[in-house]
Amino acid sequence: MEGMNIVVCVKQIPDPATPGALDGSTNALKRDGKLILDESDAYGVEMALQLAAANGGGDVNIVSMAPNGEMSGMRTALAMGAAKGVLISDPALAGSDALTTAKVLAAAIQKMGSADLIIAATESSDGYTGTVPEQMAEILGLPSVTFAKKLTINGSSLQANRQTEEGYDEVECPLPAVISVTAGVVEPRYPSFKGIMAAKSKPIDTFTAADLGVTPTGWAGAGQKVVAVTQAEARQAGEVIEDDGTAFNKIVSFLENLKVI
Amino acid sequence: MAINSIWVFAQTAGGAPTTGTLELLTKARSLSSNVSAFIGGDASAVAGALGEYGATKVYATGDLAGKLPGPAVSAAMKAIIDGGDSPSVIMFPQNYEGRDVMARLSVKLNRTVLTNNTDIADSADGVVATTPIFGGNTLVNTAFTGEGPHLVSFRPKSFAAESASGAAASVVAASVPDTGAAGAARVTAVHVEESTGPKLDEANIVVSGGRGLGEAGSYSLVEDLAKLLKGAPGASRAIVDAGWVPYSYQVGQTGKVVKPAVYIAAGISGATQHMVGMKGSKNIIAINKDKEAPIFGVADLGIVGDVHKVLPQLIELLKSRG
Repeated sequence: MEGMNIVVCVKQIPDPATPGALDGSTNALKRDGKLILDESDAYGVEMALQLAAANGGGDVNIVSMAPNGEMSGMRTALAMGAAKGVLISDPALAGSDALTTAKVLAAAIQKMGSADLIIAATESSDGYTGTVPEQMAEILGLPSVTFAKKLTINGSSLQANRQTEEGYDEVECPLPAVISVTAGVVEPRYPSFKGIMAAKSKPIDTFTAADLGVTPTGWAGAGQKVVAVTQAEARQAGEVIEDDGTAFNKIVSFLENLKVI
Repeated sequence: MAINSIWVFAQTAGGAPTTGTLELLTKARSLSSNVSAFIGGDASAVAGALGEYGATKVYATGDLAGKLPGPAVSAAMKAIIDGGDSPSVIMFPQNYEGRDVMARLSVKLNRTVLTNNTDIADSADGVVATTPIFGGNTLVNTAFTGEGPHLVSFRPKSFAAESASGAAASVVAASVPDTGAAGAARVTAVHVEESTGPKLDEANIVVSGGRGLGEAGSYSLVEDLAKLLKGAPGASRAIVDAGWVPYSYQVGQTGKVVKPAVYIAAGISGATQHMVGMKGSKNIIAINKDKEAPIFGVADLGIVGDVHKVLPQLIELLKSRG
């Protein structure tokens, strides 16, 4: 194979370090303010860069969807070494469900040209619906391996270790294919200073939903509607003590009281 | 009422339906008297158990011969729906296979999905599913607004499995149509990670370790304590990602949901991701150096201290008691 063409789907999310909040009018997660590259996606970017390097080079490109033109998270992926980005930015896409997101990303991937491999995280860290990679595969008519924790390419097929309830399965899958990778599958590199500077001038093409021929469904057409938001009954904190060297006795008494020892 | 009939995507392990399958069947039969199981595999050995928990019928694809369930089972479901039996709701477990089948089917039917739910109701708003967010502090009720079948998945242990003493379900063949390139992946080998002692999501006591253990070698403290308490060892996502222990040990949103009598969190700060998987435990003991750690907010007994000191002392005392 003469170099691989790999597309990595990335999501730009609110910084998980800041507390999440719901928008009062839509009851959706607030996604205003600065967005960062979802940490889960850094593994996919790293995996793509390693696979491209090990299989004769080729391009690693990234694709992302955001309602507000946000690119800062994509720049992080470009700084790691991806060649270029495609951003689908359209206010009409706000409120999209996972299926619409998959349709948009699939259309963008088709527009980008023939990809040998499409990589995504298993789920985002903010919405965690967890269905977009498999939905994209179905839209594109491609095979898929979700929850891959090890991935190698051998000519025109890939071998993946796929997470299962009891352990893992070895899966053989012809290319092109869609893969979702678990966190920890590789160690993501930190962008170098040179990489960060280079990323500033790397191209990011921007499309609207209309450019891709996808009809945005938005809030009204998502097929789902939030009807109530309530606070769960909070668990009460119990006794907290500083260990003075004898706290283990306290744990034993606690377990004895519960009659589990 | 919006629900006429329900399908449950059923799974088996060791020749029996999984607990998750029985949980979903139990909930399904409280919403409809017309409940079917849909299984990617052979149903002859499990039709009795599926019927006992409320399924009157089980659609079975027969052996998938190494095909992944996502493309194969969704295509078989689509064929039955096109043939005229279209359920109001299809319930899936929130796990690897459940997500894949649901995702493929959502494209075939052009239907939205609601995932990570812990409850479902047939109400004046229609079919409404409940999802806990922000670590379970906030509950969001979301109604399906379009036409069915409504595709909805549930976290493990959302419902208690209870037998209905039903008769064996009748088995109906649901053949897998040609799935073309989309179904071309094949399982070539199956690996089971052996663990001794009780299973993590069934254990009465769970001892989990996190980043506070400092290094992979210290995880043996967690294993030793779990063994002494006849419990199961677990882990936070941080140390699974770091490769200290296998993924099957992970407790949390993307791992196992546990509700043991006692949960001991050693060196775990209590990220939302983790809390979702263990907040339902009856009693929680936390040991952490940082007294501001969120885990203390849910702990019945919190020890501000070093796990490298507390755990060995605890292990020694328990050993001396025999």
